[in-house]
Amino acid sequence: MIKITDRIKSGEILVSDGAWGTQLQSKGLKTGECPELWNITHGKEIYEIAESYINAGSDMIETNSFGGNRFRLAEYGLERRLSELNKKAAQLSRKAAGNNHYVLGSIGPSGKFIMMDEVSPAELTETFSEQAIALKEGGADAIIIETMTDLNEACIAVRAVRESTDCEIICTMTFDKSAKNAFHTMMGVSPEDMVRELVSSGADIIGVNCGRGIADMPDLVKEIRKYDGNIPLMIQPNAGIPIFRKENPDESSGKDPEQGKIIYTESPEYMAEISISVINAGANIIGGCCGTTPEHIRQIAAIVKNRRHGIK
Amino acid sequence: MESLLDKIAHCVEEGKINRSSPYPPEMKDQDGADELTQWAVKQGISPDDILQNGFIRAMDKVGKKFSEHKIFVPQMLMSAKAMSVAMEHLKPFFQSGETKRRGVFIIGTVTGDLHEIGKNLAAMMIEGSGWEVINLGKDVRKEKFVQAVHKHPDCVVGLSALLTTTMIHMADTIRALKEEFPQLRIIIGGAPVNQEFCDNAGADFYAADPQAAVVYLKQLS
Repeated sequence: MIKITDRIKSGEILVSDGAWGTQLQSKGLKTGECPELWNITHGKEIYEIAESYINAGSDMIETNSFGGNRFRLAEYGLERRLSELNKKAAQLSRKAAGNNHYVLGSIGPSGKFIMMDEVSPAELTETFSEQAIALKEGGADAIIIETMTDLNEACIAVRAVRESTDCEIICTMTFDKSAKNAFHTMMGVSPEDMVRELVSSGADIIGVNCGRGIADMPDLVKEIRKYDGNIPLMIQPNAGIPIFRKENPDESSGKDPEQGKIIYTESPEYMAEISISVINAGANIIGGCCGTTPEHIRQIAAIVKNRRHGIK
Repeated sequence: MESLLDKIAHCVEEGKINRSSPYPPEMKDQDGADELTQWAVKQGISPDDILQNGFIRAMDKVGKKFSEHKIFVPQMLMSAKAMSVAMEHLKPFFQSGETKRRGVFIIGTVTGDLHEIGKNLAAMMIEGSGWEVINLGKDVRKEKFVQAVHKHPDCVVGLSALLTTTMIHMADTIRALKEEFPQLRIIIGGAPVNQEFCDNAGADFYAADPQAAVVYLKQLS
Protein backbone atom coordinates (compact mmCIF):
# COMPACT_ATOMS: atom_id res chain seq x y z
CA MET A 1 0.00 0.00 0.00
CA ILE A 2 1.13 3.56 -0.66
CA LYS A 3 2.42 5.27 2.48
CA ILE A 4 0.03 7.48 4.46
CA THR A 5 2.47 10.36 4.31
CA ASP A 6 2.71 10.09 0.51
CA ARG A 7 -1.04 10.43 0.17
CA ILE A 8 -0.93 13.48 2.45
CA LYS A 9 1.85 15.00 0.35
CA SER A 10 -0.33 14.64 -2.72
CA GLY A 11 -2.93 16.84 -1.02
CA GLU A 12 -5.40 14.23 0.17
CA ILE A 13 -7.43 14.69 3.34
CA LEU A 14 -7.78 11.38 5.17
CA VAL A 15 -10.29 10.27 7.75
CA SER A 16 -9.36 8.10 10.73
CA ASP A 17 -11.69 6.31 13.13
CA GLY A 18 -13.59 7.33 16.26
CA ALA A 19 -13.67 6.12 19.85
CA TRP A 20 -12.90 2.57 20.91
CA GLY A 21 -13.26 2.78 24.69
CA THR A 22 -16.80 4.15 24.70
CA GLN A 23 -17.75 1.70 21.92
CA LEU A 24 -16.38 -1.21 23.95
CA GLN A 25 -18.50 -0.10 26.86
CA SER A 26 -21.62 0.01 24.77
CA LYS A 27 -20.84 -3.58 23.78
CA GLY A 28 -20.71 -4.59 27.42
CA LEU A 29 -17.12 -4.07 28.62
CA LYS A 30 -17.47 -3.87 32.39
CA THR A 31 -15.67 -1.71 34.89
CA GLY A 32 -12.52 -3.45 36.03
CA GLU A 33 -12.20 -5.60 32.91
CA CYS A 34 -9.03 -5.33 30.86
CA PRO A 35 -10.06 -3.93 27.43
CA GLU A 36 -7.14 -5.65 25.66
CA LEU A 37 -8.21 -9.07 26.97
CA TRP A 38 -11.34 -8.64 24.86
CA ASN A 39 -9.15 -9.22 21.79
CA ILE A 40 -9.11 -12.86 22.92
CA THR A 41 -12.43 -13.25 24.73
CA HIS A 42 -14.64 -11.02 22.55
CA GLY A 43 -12.95 -11.05 19.16
CA LYS A 44 -16.27 -10.72 17.38
CA GLU A 45 -17.16 -7.49 19.18
CA ILE A 46 -13.71 -6.00 18.54
CA TYR A 47 -13.99 -6.89 14.87
CA GLU A 48 -17.44 -5.27 14.73
CA ILE A 49 -16.11 -1.99 16.11
CA ALA A 50 -13.29 -1.98 13.57
CA GLU A 51 -15.69 -2.85 10.77
CA SER A 52 -18.19 -0.17 11.81
CA TYR A 53 -15.55 2.52 11.26
CA ILE A 54 -14.50 1.10 7.90
CA ASN A 55 -18.16 1.13 6.85
CA ALA A 56 -18.49 4.71 8.10
CA GLY A 57 -15.74 5.89 5.76
CA SER A 58 -12.50 5.70 7.78
CA ASP A 59 -9.36 5.44 5.65
CA MET A 60 -7.55 4.04 8.66
CA ILE A 61 -8.55 2.31 11.88
CA GLU A 62 -6.77 1.79 15.15
CA THR A 63 -6.32 -1.35 17.21
CA ASN A 64 -7.71 -2.28 20.62
CA SER A 65 -4.31 -2.01 22.30
CA PHE A 66 -4.19 1.45 23.89
CA GLY A 67 -3.34 0.02 27.34
CA GLY A 68 -1.23 -2.83 25.94
CA ASN A 69 2.06 -1.85 27.58
CA ARG A 70 3.50 -3.99 30.36
CA PHE A 71 2.72 -1.50 33.13
CA ARG A 72 -0.95 -1.14 32.30
CA LEU A 73 -1.38 -4.87 31.63
CA ALA A 74 0.27 -5.61 34.98
CA GLU A 75 -2.71 -3.93 36.68
CA TYR A 76 -4.68 -6.98 35.51
CA GLY A 77 -1.86 -9.49 35.94
CA LEU A 78 -1.64 -9.85 32.14
CA GLU A 79 1.84 -8.43 31.44
CA ARG A 80 3.12 -11.82 30.30
CA ARG A 81 0.51 -11.86 27.53
CA LEU A 82 1.62 -8.53 26.05
CA SER A 83 2.70 -9.91 22.68
CA GLU A 84 -0.33 -12.13 22.26
CA LEU A 85 -2.84 -9.39 23.14
CA ASN A 86 -1.25 -6.76 20.89
CA LYS A 87 -0.79 -9.12 17.98
CA LYS A 88 -4.41 -10.22 18.18
CA ALA A 89 -5.53 -6.57 18.34
CA ALA A 90 -3.75 -5.84 15.07
CA GLN A 91 -5.05 -9.03 13.42
CA LEU A 92 -8.66 -8.12 14.21
CA SER A 93 -8.34 -4.61 12.80
CA ARG A 94 -6.41 -5.96 9.80
CA LYS A 95 -9.24 -8.34 9.02
CA ALA A 96 -11.74 -5.47 9.04
CA ALA A 97 -9.45 -3.10 7.12
CA GLY A 98 -8.61 -5.43 4.28
CA ASN A 99 -5.94 -4.26 1.91
CA ASN A 100 -7.32 -0.83 1.08
CA HIS A 101 -7.39 0.70 4.53
CA TYR A 102 -4.60 1.32 7.01
CA VAL A 103 -4.25 -0.29 10.43
CA LEU A 104 -2.73 1.98 13.07
CA GLY A 105 -1.37 0.05 16.05
CA SER A 106 -2.39 2.02 19.14
CA ILE A 107 0.13 2.68 21.93
CA GLY A 108 -1.03 4.73 24.94
CA PRO A 109 0.94 6.17 27.86
CA SER A 110 2.64 3.90 30.39
CA GLY A 111 0.84 5.56 33.27
CA LYS A 112 4.19 6.00 35.06
CA PHE A 113 6.22 9.14 35.70
CA ILE A 114 9.84 9.28 34.63
CA MET A 115 10.55 12.32 36.80
CA MET A 116 9.19 10.63 39.93
CA ASP A 117 11.48 7.63 39.30
CA GLU A 118 8.47 5.36 38.81
CA VAL A 119 9.95 4.12 35.55
CA SER A 120 13.28 4.47 33.76
CA PRO A 121 13.70 5.58 30.13
CA ALA A 122 15.23 2.14 29.40
CA GLU A 123 12.15 0.32 30.74
CA LEU A 124 9.87 2.54 28.66
CA THR A 125 11.93 1.91 25.52
CA GLU A 126 11.67 -1.81 26.16
CA THR A 127 7.92 -1.96 26.66
CA PHE A 128 7.07 0.35 23.75
CA SER A 129 9.35 -1.73 21.50
CA GLU A 130 7.69 -4.99 22.59
CA GLN A 131 4.30 -3.53 21.89
CA ALA A 132 5.22 -2.10 18.48
CA ILE A 133 6.82 -5.36 17.34
CA ALA A 134 3.70 -7.36 18.30
CA LEU A 135 1.39 -4.87 16.58
CA LYS A 136 3.50 -4.98 13.44
CA GLU A 137 3.47 -8.80 13.51
CA GLY A 138 -0.32 -8.71 13.71
CA GLY A 139 -0.47 -6.58 10.58
CA ALA A 140 -0.27 -2.90 11.61
CA ASP A 141 0.84 -0.53 8.82
CA ALA A 142 1.65 2.33 11.16
CA ILE A 143 2.00 2.85 14.89
CA ILE A 144 0.05 5.61 16.65
CA ILE A 145 1.47 6.77 19.98
CA GLU A 146 -1.43 8.71 21.46
CA THR A 147 -2.89 10.67 24.37
CA MET A 148 0.61 11.59 25.49
CA THR A 149 1.09 14.44 27.97
CA ASP A 150 4.77 14.01 28.85
CA LEU A 151 7.05 15.01 26.00
CA ASN A 152 9.94 12.94 27.29
CA GLU A 153 7.85 9.77 27.32
CA ALA A 154 6.40 10.57 23.88
CA CYS A 155 9.88 11.02 22.37
CA ILE A 156 11.13 7.81 23.99
CA ALA A 157 8.16 5.97 22.45
CA VAL A 158 8.76 7.46 18.98
CA ARG A 159 12.44 6.45 19.04
CA ALA A 160 11.62 2.98 20.42
CA VAL A 161 9.14 2.32 17.60
CA ARG A 162 11.56 3.71 15.01
CA GLU A 163 14.31 1.36 16.16
CA SER A 164 12.15 -1.75 16.41
CA THR A 165 9.91 -1.52 13.29
CA ASP A 166 9.77 0.06 9.83
CA CYS A 167 6.20 1.33 10.40
CA GLU A 168 5.21 4.93 9.80
CA ILE A 169 4.94 6.67 13.17
CA ILE A 170 2.15 8.95 14.32
CA CYS A 171 2.36 10.68 17.70
CA THR A 172 -0.50 12.71 19.15
CA MET A 173 -0.67 14.58 22.45
CA THR A 174 -3.56 15.81 24.58
CA PHE A 175 -3.95 19.51 25.34
CA ASP A 176 -5.89 21.58 27.84
CA LYS A 177 -6.71 25.23 27.40
CA SER A 178 -6.07 27.74 30.18
CA ALA A 179 -8.27 30.68 31.09
CA LYS A 180 -5.91 32.83 29.05
CA ASN A 181 -6.53 30.66 25.98
CA ALA A 182 -3.07 29.14 26.04
CA PHE A 183 -2.72 25.45 25.15
CA HIS A 184 -0.54 23.07 27.14
CA THR A 185 -0.61 19.42 28.13
CA MET A 186 -1.15 18.33 31.73
CA MET A 187 2.62 18.18 32.05
CA GLY A 188 3.05 21.73 30.77
CA VAL A 189 4.11 20.97 27.18
CA SER A 190 3.27 23.77 24.74
CA PRO A 191 2.36 23.15 21.08
CA GLU A 192 5.70 24.69 20.13
CA ASP A 193 7.65 22.24 22.34
CA MET A 194 5.64 19.35 20.97
CA VAL A 195 6.28 20.20 17.33
CA ARG A 196 10.01 20.72 17.82
CA GLU A 197 10.69 17.61 19.87
CA LEU A 198 8.41 15.12 18.11
CA VAL A 199 9.65 16.11 14.67
CA SER A 200 13.27 15.87 15.74
CA SER A 201 12.61 12.47 17.38
CA GLY A 202 11.51 11.17 14.01
CA ALA A 203 7.69 11.12 14.08
CA ASP A 204 6.25 11.03 10.53
CA ILE A 205 2.89 12.47 11.53
CA ILE A 206 2.14 14.48 14.67
CA GLY A 207 -1.09 15.73 16.13
CA VAL A 208 -3.63 16.13 18.85
CA ASN A 209 -6.20 13.74 20.34
CA CYS A 210 -8.71 13.52 23.19
CA GLY A 211 -9.10 16.83 25.05
CA ARG A 212 -12.08 19.10 25.35
CA GLY A 213 -13.70 18.64 21.97
CA ILE A 214 -13.44 19.81 18.39
CA ALA A 215 -14.30 23.42 19.25
CA ASP A 216 -10.70 24.01 20.43
CA MET A 217 -9.10 22.41 17.40
CA PRO A 218 -9.08 25.12 14.71
CA ASP A 219 -7.08 27.44 17.00
CA LEU A 220 -4.76 24.66 18.13
CA VAL A 221 -4.08 23.57 14.54
CA LYS A 222 -3.34 27.17 13.54
CA GLU A 223 -0.86 27.42 16.39
CA ILE A 224 0.88 24.15 15.46
CA ARG A 225 1.07 25.29 11.84
CA LYS A 226 2.93 28.46 12.95
CA TYR A 227 5.83 26.26 14.04
CA ASP A 228 5.78 23.74 11.19
CA GLY A 229 3.95 24.22 7.93
CA ASN A 230 4.73 20.82 6.46
CA ILE A 231 4.64 18.03 9.02
CA PRO A 232 1.56 15.86 8.40
CA LEU A 233 -0.99 16.65 11.09
CA MET A 234 -3.66 14.38 12.58
CA ILE A 235 -6.53 15.59 14.76
CA GLN A 236 -8.76 13.23 16.80
CA PRO A 237 -10.82 15.21 19.30
CA ASN A 238 -13.33 13.99 21.87
CA ALA A 239 -16.99 14.63 21.17
CA GLY A 240 -16.89 17.55 23.61
CA ILE A 241 -16.82 17.51 27.38
CA PRO A 242 -19.04 14.76 28.77
CA ILE A 243 -21.91 15.60 31.07
CA PHE A 244 -23.92 13.46 33.43
CA ARG A 245 -27.68 13.35 33.03
CA LYS A 246 -30.15 11.70 35.28
CA GLU A 247 -32.47 9.57 33.21
CA ASN A 248 -36.10 10.54 33.14
CA PRO A 249 -37.99 8.63 35.77
CA ASP A 250 -40.02 6.05 34.01
CA GLU A 251 -42.41 4.47 36.45
CA SER A 252 -43.82 1.96 34.02
CA SER A 253 -40.42 0.41 33.35
CA GLY A 254 -39.67 0.16 37.05
CA LYS A 255 -36.20 1.53 36.39
CA ASP A 256 -34.39 3.31 39.18
CA PRO A 257 -34.98 6.99 38.43
CA GLU A 258 -31.75 7.99 40.18
CA GLN A 259 -29.61 6.17 37.63
CA GLY A 260 -27.91 8.43 35.19
CA LYS A 261 -25.81 8.28 32.10
CA ILE A 262 -22.88 10.07 30.51
CA ILE A 263 -23.63 12.13 27.45
CA TYR A 264 -21.11 13.63 25.04
CA THR A 265 -22.22 17.06 23.95
CA GLU A 266 -20.81 17.40 20.43
CA SER A 267 -23.17 15.87 17.87
CA PRO A 268 -22.04 14.29 14.59
CA GLU A 269 -23.48 17.31 12.72
CA TYR A 270 -21.55 19.77 14.89
CA MET A 271 -18.26 17.91 14.65
CA ALA A 272 -18.63 17.57 10.89
CA GLU A 273 -19.29 21.29 10.55
CA ILE A 274 -16.24 22.29 12.62
CA SER A 275 -14.04 19.71 10.89
CA ILE A 276 -14.04 21.98 7.83
CA SER A 277 -12.34 24.72 9.88
CA VAL A 278 -9.89 22.13 11.26
CA ILE A 279 -8.94 21.09 7.72
CA ASN A 280 -8.75 24.70 6.55
CA ALA A 281 -6.43 25.48 9.45
CA GLY A 282 -4.03 22.85 8.10
CA ALA A 283 -4.94 19.37 9.41
CA ASN A 284 -4.39 16.41 7.07
CA ILE A 285 -6.11 13.57 8.91
CA ILE A 286 -9.25 13.95 11.00
CA GLY A 287 -11.13 11.50 13.20
CA GLY A 288 -12.42 11.30 16.75
CA CYS A 289 -11.59 10.19 20.28
CA CYS A 290 -13.77 9.53 23.37
CA GLY A 291 -17.49 9.79 22.75
CA THR A 292 -17.33 9.77 18.95
CA THR A 293 -19.22 7.05 17.08
CA PRO A 294 -19.33 5.63 13.56
CA GLU A 295 -22.04 8.21 12.86
CA HIS A 296 -19.66 11.04 13.79
CA ILE A 297 -17.09 9.58 11.41
CA ARG A 298 -19.65 9.05 8.65
CA GLN A 299 -20.70 12.71 8.77
CA ILE A 300 -17.11 13.99 9.00
CA ALA A 301 -16.07 11.79 6.08
CA ALA A 302 -19.01 12.96 3.98
CA ILE A 303 -17.87 16.56 4.42
CA VAL A 304 -14.08 16.36 4.17
CA LYS A 305 -13.56 13.52 1.70
CA ASN A 306 -13.87 15.65 -1.42
CA ARG A 307 -11.51 18.31 -0.12
CA ARG A 308 -7.83 18.53 -0.87
CA HIS A 309 -4.98 20.64 0.37
CA GLY A 310 -2.89 22.64 -2.05
CA ILE A 311 -5.58 22.78 -4.72
CA LYS A 312 -7.35 26.08 -4.56
CA MET B 1 18.38 36.97 57.23
CA GLU B 2 16.17 34.22 55.91
CA SER B 3 14.78 32.21 58.81
CA LEU B 4 14.89 28.43 58.93
CA LEU B 5 11.15 28.30 58.27
CA ASP B 6 11.57 30.56 55.24
CA LYS B 7 14.19 28.17 53.95
CA ILE B 8 11.90 25.17 54.45
CA ALA B 9 9.07 26.98 52.68
CA HIS B 10 11.42 27.84 49.83
CA CYS B 11 12.54 24.20 49.44
CA VAL B 12 8.94 22.98 49.40
CA GLU B 13 7.90 25.66 46.94
CA GLU B 14 10.79 24.83 44.59
CA GLY B 15 10.50 21.05 45.07
CA LYS B 16 13.91 20.57 46.68
CA ILE B 17 13.50 17.25 48.48
CA ASN B 18 16.87 16.64 50.10
CA ARG B 19 20.56 17.34 49.65
CA SER B 20 21.12 14.52 47.14
CA SER B 21 18.10 15.44 45.00
CA PRO B 22 19.19 16.85 41.62
CA TYR B 23 16.05 18.94 41.23
CA PRO B 24 15.91 21.92 40.86
CA PRO B 25 19.38 22.19 39.29
CA GLU B 26 20.05 25.65 40.73
CA MET B 27 19.75 24.28 44.29
CA LYS B 28 22.22 21.46 43.72
CA ASP B 29 24.24 20.39 46.80
CA GLN B 30 22.09 22.47 49.15
CA ASP B 31 20.08 21.06 52.04
CA GLY B 32 16.49 20.24 51.11
CA ALA B 33 13.15 20.25 52.91
CA ASP B 34 14.07 16.92 54.52
CA GLU B 35 17.29 18.02 56.27
CA LEU B 36 16.02 21.50 57.14
CA THR B 37 12.83 20.17 58.74
CA GLN B 38 14.78 17.63 60.75
CA TRP B 39 17.03 20.45 61.94
CA ALA B 40 14.06 22.67 62.79
CA VAL B 41 12.55 19.91 64.96
CA LYS B 42 15.91 19.47 66.73
CA GLN B 43 16.12 23.22 67.31
CA GLY B 44 12.84 23.01 69.17
CA ILE B 45 10.74 24.96 66.68
CA SER B 46 7.17 23.91 67.31
CA PRO B 47 5.69 21.42 64.83
CA ASP B 48 2.67 23.70 64.46
CA ASP B 49 4.96 26.49 63.40
CA ILE B 50 6.77 24.25 60.90
CA LEU B 51 3.48 23.01 59.49
CA GLN B 52 1.93 26.47 59.26
CA ASN B 53 4.87 28.65 58.26
CA GLY B 54 6.89 26.05 56.42
CA PHE B 55 4.62 23.65 54.59
CA ILE B 56 1.18 25.24 54.44
CA ARG B 57 2.54 28.63 53.38
CA ALA B 58 4.61 27.04 50.60
CA MET B 59 1.93 24.67 49.34
CA ASP B 60 -0.55 27.54 49.26
CA LYS B 61 1.77 29.37 46.86
CA VAL B 62 2.29 26.20 44.81
CA GLY B 63 -1.47 25.64 44.55
CA LYS B 64 -2.04 29.20 43.40
CA LYS B 65 0.72 29.05 40.80
CA PHE B 66 -0.77 25.80 39.49
CA SER B 67 -4.25 27.33 39.26
CA GLU B 68 -2.79 30.23 37.28
CA HIS B 69 -0.96 27.82 34.93
CA LYS B 70 2.40 29.25 36.00
CA ILE B 71 3.57 25.77 36.94
CA PHE B 72 2.35 22.34 35.79
CA VAL B 73 2.02 18.82 37.15
CA PRO B 74 5.78 18.03 37.25
CA GLN B 75 6.68 21.04 39.41
CA MET B 76 3.70 20.46 41.65
CA LEU B 77 4.62 16.81 42.09
CA MET B 78 8.14 17.72 43.14
CA SER B 79 6.83 20.25 45.69
CA ALA B 80 4.36 17.73 47.04
CA LYS B 81 7.08 15.11 47.30
CA ALA B 82 9.42 17.51 49.13
CA MET B 83 6.66 18.29 51.57
CA SER B 84 5.63 14.71 52.19
CA VAL B 85 9.22 13.64 52.84
CA ALA B 86 9.66 16.54 55.27
CA MET B 87 6.29 15.83 56.87
CA GLU B 88 7.65 12.49 58.12
CA HIS B 89 9.59 14.43 60.78
CA LEU B 90 6.32 15.81 62.16
CA LYS B 91 4.44 12.48 62.20
CA PRO B 92 5.41 11.63 65.82
CA PHE B 93 3.81 14.89 66.99
CA PHE B 94 0.61 14.15 65.10
CA GLN B 95 0.49 10.65 66.56
CA SER B 96 1.03 11.86 70.12
CA GLY B 97 -1.73 14.44 69.65
CA GLU B 98 0.63 17.31 70.40
CA THR B 99 -0.08 18.80 67.01
CA LYS B 100 -3.68 18.86 65.84
CA ARG B 101 -4.74 18.82 62.24
CA ARG B 102 -7.78 20.43 60.70
CA GLY B 103 -9.67 17.22 60.21
CA VAL B 104 -9.66 13.94 58.34
CA PHE B 105 -9.92 13.87 54.57
CA ILE B 106 -10.57 10.53 52.86
CA ILE B 107 -9.73 10.35 49.18
CA GLY B 108 -9.73 7.74 46.43
CA THR B 109 -10.19 7.14 42.71
CA VAL B 110 -13.55 5.49 42.10
CA THR B 111 -14.06 1.89 41.10
CA GLY B 112 -12.84 0.84 37.65
CA ASP B 113 -10.44 3.74 37.33
CA LEU B 114 -6.74 3.01 37.66
CA HIS B 115 -5.57 6.60 37.40
CA GLU B 116 -4.26 8.37 40.43
CA ILE B 117 -1.96 11.20 39.44
CA GLY B 118 -4.57 13.89 40.00
CA LYS B 119 -5.94 12.20 43.08
CA ASN B 120 -2.47 11.93 44.63
CA LEU B 121 -1.73 15.56 43.83
CA ALA B 122 -4.95 16.62 45.51
CA ALA B 123 -4.15 14.37 48.49
CA MET B 124 -0.70 15.90 48.92
CA MET B 125 -1.95 19.47 48.53
CA ILE B 126 -4.68 18.87 51.10
CA GLU B 127 -2.21 17.25 53.48
CA GLY B 128 -0.04 20.29 52.92
CA SER B 129 -2.91 22.52 54.01
CA GLY B 130 -3.05 20.83 57.40
CA TRP B 131 -5.47 17.93 57.01
CA GLU B 132 -4.87 14.32 57.93
CA VAL B 133 -5.29 12.52 54.63
CA ILE B 134 -6.35 8.89 54.30
CA ASN B 135 -5.59 7.85 50.75
CA LEU B 136 -7.61 4.77 49.77
CA GLY B 137 -5.80 4.45 46.44
CA LYS B 138 -7.28 3.75 43.02
CA ASP B 139 -10.12 1.52 41.83
CA VAL B 140 -11.88 1.96 45.20
CA ARG B 141 -15.28 0.31 45.53
CA LYS B 142 -18.09 2.32 47.09
CA GLU B 143 -18.33 -0.12 49.99
CA LYS B 144 -14.76 0.69 50.89
CA PHE B 145 -15.51 4.41 51.02
CA VAL B 146 -18.53 3.72 53.23
CA GLN B 147 -16.42 1.56 55.53
CA ALA B 148 -13.75 4.27 55.83
CA VAL B 149 -16.32 6.95 56.67
CA HIS B 150 -17.72 4.69 59.40
CA LYS B 151 -14.30 4.88 61.09
CA HIS B 152 -14.10 8.68 60.66
CA PRO B 153 -17.66 10.00 60.74
CA ASP B 154 -16.55 13.65 60.83
CA CYS B 155 -14.38 13.39 57.76
CA VAL B 156 -14.72 15.00 54.36
CA VAL B 157 -14.53 12.73 51.31
CA GLY B 158 -12.85 13.39 47.98
CA LEU B 159 -13.66 11.33 44.86
CA SER B 160 -11.57 11.34 41.72
CA ALA B 161 -12.03 9.95 38.18
CA LEU B 162 -10.08 10.40 34.99
CA LEU B 163 -12.17 8.38 32.62
CA THR B 164 -15.50 9.41 31.25
CA THR B 165 -16.36 5.74 31.51
CA THR B 166 -15.85 5.67 35.28
CA MET B 167 -17.49 8.99 36.10
CA ILE B 168 -20.74 7.14 36.38
CA HIS B 169 -19.34 5.23 39.36
CA MET B 170 -18.71 8.52 41.05
CA ALA B 171 -22.43 9.14 41.04
CA ASP B 172 -23.06 5.65 42.47
CA THR B 173 -20.48 6.19 45.20
CA ILE B 174 -21.97 9.56 46.14
CA ARG B 175 -25.40 7.98 46.38
CA ALA B 176 -24.17 5.16 48.61
CA LEU B 177 -22.31 7.56 50.90
CA LYS B 178 -25.13 10.10 51.19
CA GLU B 179 -27.61 7.33 51.93
CA GLU B 180 -25.69 6.34 55.05
CA PHE B 181 -24.22 9.73 55.94
CA PRO B 182 -26.59 12.50 54.79
CA GLN B 183 -24.42 15.20 56.43
CA LEU B 184 -21.19 14.07 54.81
CA ARG B 185 -19.42 16.60 52.58
CA ILE B 186 -18.17 15.19 49.29
CA ILE B 187 -15.73 16.93 46.95
CA ILE B 188 -15.24 15.64 43.42
CA GLY B 189 -12.56 16.31 40.85
CA GLY B 190 -10.88 14.92 37.75
CA ALA B 191 -10.53 15.71 34.07
CA PRO B 192 -14.03 14.77 32.86
CA VAL B 193 -15.86 16.24 35.86
CA ASN B 194 -17.46 19.68 35.93
CA GLN B 195 -19.97 21.75 37.91
CA GLU B 196 -22.95 20.39 36.02
CA PHE B 197 -21.88 16.83 36.77
CA CYS B 198 -21.35 17.77 40.41
CA ASP B 199 -24.88 19.19 40.66
CA ASN B 200 -26.47 16.22 38.95
CA ALA B 201 -24.52 13.62 40.88
CA GLY B 202 -25.26 15.25 44.25
CA ALA B 203 -21.74 16.12 45.36
CA ASP B 204 -21.16 19.16 47.57
CA PHE B 205 -18.27 20.73 45.74
CA TYR B 206 -16.55 20.50 42.39
CA ALA B 207 -12.82 21.23 42.66
CA ALA B 208 -11.45 22.33 39.30
CA ASP B 209 -7.93 21.90 40.69
CA PRO B 210 -6.34 20.90 44.03
CA GLN B 211 -6.18 24.50 45.22
CA ALA B 212 -9.95 24.86 44.85
CA ALA B 213 -10.36 21.87 47.19
CA VAL B 214 -7.93 23.42 49.68
CA VAL B 215 -9.86 26.71 49.70
CA TYR B 216 -13.20 24.90 50.13
CA LEU B 217 -11.84 22.81 53.00
CA LYS B 218 -10.41 25.90 54.71
CA GLN B 219 -13.88 27.38 55.10
CA LEU B 220 -15.20 24.12 56.57
CA SER B 221 -12.64 23.75 59.34
